[in-house]
Amino acid sequence: MPETVARTRHGSSIGQPLTRREGPLKVTGQARFAADNLPPGTLHAALCTARIARGRVTGLDLAAAENHPGVVAVMTPDNAPALAKHPDDKDGPFVFRLDLLQDWSVRYANQPVAVVLAETLEAAFEGARLLAPRYAAEEPRIGLDAEAPFTPPGVGVGQPPDESHGDVEAGLAAADKRVEAVYETAAQYHNAMEPHAALAQWEGDRLLLHTPSQGLTAAVGRLAGLFGIPPKNIRIESPYLGGGFGSKGLISGPQVLACMAARLTGRPVKLVARREDMYGPMGHRAETRQTLRLGTDAAGKLTALDHLTLTASSRFDDFFEPAGGVSHTLYATPNLAVRHRGVRVDTGTPLFMRAPGEASGSAALESALDEMAFACGMDPLEFRLANYAETEPLSGRPFSSKALRECYAQGAAAFGWADRPREPRQMRDADGFLVGWGMGTATFPALMFEAQARAELRADGSGTVEIGAQDMGQGAWTALAQIAADGLGIDLDRLTFNMGSSTLPSGGIAGGSAHTATAGGAIHAAAAAVIAELAGIATSDSASPLYGAGNAGVVAEGGRLVRRDDASRGETFGAILARAGRERVEGTGKASSDPAAQKSYAMHAHGAVFAEVKVDPDLGQIRVSRLVGAFAAGRIINPRLVRSQYYGGMIWGLSFALHEHAALDPRTGRFLNDNLGEYHVPVNADTPEMEAILVHEDDPHVNALGVKGVGEIGITGTAGAIANAVWHATGVRVRELPITLDRVLG
Amino acid sequence: MNLFEYIRAGSVAEAVAAGALPGTAYLAAGTNLLDLMKGGVAAPARLVDITRLPGLDGIAVAADGATHIGALVRNSALASHPHIAKTYPMVAEALLAGASAQLRNAATTAGNLMQRTRCPYFYDTASPCNKRRPGSGCQAVGGATRLHAVLGHSPHCIAVHASDLCVPLAALGAVVEIAGAGGTRTVPLGEFHRLPEDHPERETVLEPGDLVTGLILPAEAAAFAGHGRYLKVRDRTSYAFATVSAAAALTLDGDRIGAGRLALGGVAAKPWRVAEAEAVLAGAAPGADAFGRAADALLAGAAPSGPANAFKIELARRTVVRALTLAQAGTPARMPALPASPFARSAGALHA
Repeated sequence: MPETVARTRHGSSIGQPLTRREGPLKVTGQARFAADNLPPGTLHAALCTARIARGRVTGLDLAAAENHPGVVAVMTPDNAPALAKHPDDKDGPFVFRLDLLQDWSVRYANQPVAVVLAETLEAAFEGARLLAPRYAAEEPRIGLDAEAPFTPPGVGVGQPPDESHGDVEAGLAAADKRVEAVYETAAQYHNAMEPHAALAQWEGDRLLLHTPSQGLTAAVGRLAGLFGIPPKNIRIESPYLGGGFGSKGLISGPQVLACMAARLTGRPVKLVARREDMYGPMGHRAETRQTLRLGTDAAGKLTALDHLTLTASSRFDDFFEPAGGVSHTLYATPNLAVRHRGVRVDTGTPLFMRAPGEASGSAALESALDEMAFACGMDPLEFRLANYAETEPLSGRPFSSKALRECYAQGAAAFGWADRPREPRQMRDADGFLVGWGMGTATFPALMFEAQARAELRADGSGTVEIGAQDMGQGAWTALAQIAADGLGIDLDRLTFNMGSSTLPSGGIAGGSAHTATAGGAIHAAAAAVIAELAGIATSDSASPLYGAGNAGVVAEGGRLVRRDDASRGETFGAILARAGRERVEGTGKASSDPAAQKSYAMHAHGAVFAEVKVDPDLGQIRVSRLVGAFAAGRIINPRLVRSQYYGGMIWGLSFALHEHAALDPRTGRFLNDNLGEYHVPVNADTPEMEAILVHEDDPHVNALGVKGVGEIGITGTAGAIANAVWHATGVRVRELPITLDRVLG
Repeated sequence: MNLFEYIRAGSVAEAVAAGALPGTAYLAAGTNLLDLMKGGVAAPARLVDITRLPGLDGIAVAADGATHIGALVRNSALASHPHIAKTYPMVAEALLAGASAQLRNAATTAGNLMQRTRCPYFYDTASPCNKRRPGSGCQAVGGATRLHAVLGHSPHCIAVHASDLCVPLAALGAVVEIAGAGGTRTVPLGEFHRLPEDHPERETVLEPGDLVTGLILPAEAAAFAGHGRYLKVRDRTSYAFATVSAAAALTLDGDRIGAGRLALGGVAAKPWRVAEAEAVLAGAAPGADAFGRAADALLAGAAPSGPANAFKIELARRTVVRALTLAQAGTPARMPALPASPFARSAGALHA
């Protein structure tokens, strides 16, 4: 892929396609991930996990495990350290129930039922095996037909299950054409390269925990509550994550078990989840069954859109995939209803997985749009333009910015969409494969959490910025440093940038595609505070060439403060500080969403994805041959990293459309593919030539930096685009994802 | 810990003697066995390491043209061996369609024959499995069976043999060379694996102590070099076991087929080869008609072992027809970039 983005702003770090600053550390093995820590005296932990999905443990062969050479302790409900708060107590919207050996019940397969601590990893695993739990098993409930659906109290994190405006039934009744279809998406489980790992160490009532986290402040708060200690007694180090994707947004049960085991044994404990341990206690994307009903008038404009989602949460907690959310925002219609229904099943609680709600919902909505466009005799892009939302359909708010038309235009041009025949099964390549083209609209909300940062400028022209932000592989070490360097007006190589530790000011959550906006906003504010103080010193100092310029008339660039109206008049930070007799200037800043702006504007990133697939006409095997995405997400801090985020998201969209699904035996509730050999994600040979176009978008309202998120939007649009391309290639509409060859062959 | 005895055999005789003791497994690359041991699926009391046995890692062509392949020849070495690539190209194509480059660098020829099924219930030690615990029952029956057998299955086991390599070997009439207590004997590969019937745990004809020392590809198999293809249909483009695969080879005599060879993979507990199917091809005019009749003969008696795998019967039929069509067109001069893939044609680049 050629690097087409030149330096967009000379003299600035923001906008430059820098490579990852920590890249050399990672490729030379010097980056220290959580599991790389091994202080003297560390005990290795192995989880003994349930092989039933519902019931209770009636016995463990404790003696066999404890007598095994090297085994030091076995932690069970009988001896687990008492917690200050029951892990099933929910005292906030972001608190989910954890399985921490409080009793002998089993709520899902792969639930930890004991932890073996040993001098070696091998002894720990063997001890866990020797425990050979005995069970009183009950028949599990698995799948969306497990019970009668009910209306959950909320979906996602506290969103209402049902929202509507207008009268959908009337809109459908009045429609010239109607489409009703049911789409199913499969359960997906987290498979980050780095499974959850924890190295826990207590000193009295102080806990040091090395563990990957997408949200250090929330993790500290949860641990403080569980252990009954002040948050200041807890230090979490999380400099690098081998992928998070939502699974490390909240601390998981096994990470807390490591802390409990360290307290039980009085020694450092290292617990690294095995791949199969990822399938149960770490959250997942629940399956959905989505019923879409659309009506259009004679001109192909939507008269109604009804989006009903059925999804599953666990038997013991509430997280319902908010799949209908995409229908709130994408297409103009006078009558809109979005409803969610739930069932409870005997699995771990589903949680956040990259584009939770939007990914599943977009796959169904974009397929339904494609079916409706065809029913109207319209090109899919033409149909979307005919139903372009000028204001947010559900709320009626104007968009803070929306360059979706440009995304459609640039994506379509790069792809060559104009040549697409309307009817399916019209194209073949020179080798006889069926060729199909499909498209989908991408969207993801521009969210904002809360964060703080501190900054410092020194007389030698160097600076430091610190924030407890997290790099989960997306490039925060680099992009946030670019924002920091620009804010302080220094070159990146004069900046010391610290993040990834709970000892630093709260960086919020690296989730919701909001981290650059939130952490970047706090950094921006902290740097601005420093520059404001420095400007105050300079402009009130009669010996300064900036004397009298006034705060608003001064900017920082290249290690100097200069007049905004005349960059030749200014002086170095060092000169200002030297006259003032100061070594340094410090400042703090914070960022959070602006309620007034939220009320006035709908804030979303948008995009358009175009896919080409080839299908063997006889054998049904499918291969995506081209993917083009064009995305508008406000200001782009680092185009190289952003493009990587889009590629990664689009590949997950491909995975969503064609590969990923967790297979459970419906009779036992146990997984049949909880390993990377059989849980398919795309390999290199499945991943086509891709293009990600960065569409220019200025957003004066979304936040101080004008940044929207880029981490999740790539999945949305893509899965639907591929499903639509498979239909266009074959004439077969597969409404059950992933689309496999047997489903294409019918 | 699964405490097992480890013996490094110095000679074939030593290995056979040690291997005859109950609970013994031979260890070569261990790409399958060690995973099974780590997962608690296999718990041998004794491992006899045969990787140091001399003379088992060579490829030799005898005076009569037969090719002897040592048991320890690595998959990657076998696939890239000039004589194999030229004389038995579909063997190379099948090898390169399997596993990953890293696994192929380790895995051995005999180990490929001896690999266990990928049935998920075999790997789930909490499930009954007649292979793992004879007589305990088959949890796959009535379960998730999309990739299970459509030929040769029994109520006691519906698993398939996952090997790619064995499919062209069976088609070409390869012979397995076995050292045992009574000396060395040979068994045609087509008779080496057993169907489950009442004893799914008996997967091959090997008796305790028997050690596969090599394979022989007969001289006459070289006649198919110009028209031999392996085709593997699967759920992703690489690094997946076959949903269905087929090895097809022809000799062409003017506008007629001289002889045909045909075997299916991913459909049964062994590579599936039927004499009647090849008889259909002999002397027939190559084309859709003969290929379809051969496929029908090969799939005679096919029946789903679960509703989810019914599609495999028609898919297998089409795969055979396609493989024969590709074979008729001729073996490519160079290995395709995506060996054995339906997309091999369109992939453009050549295999490095």
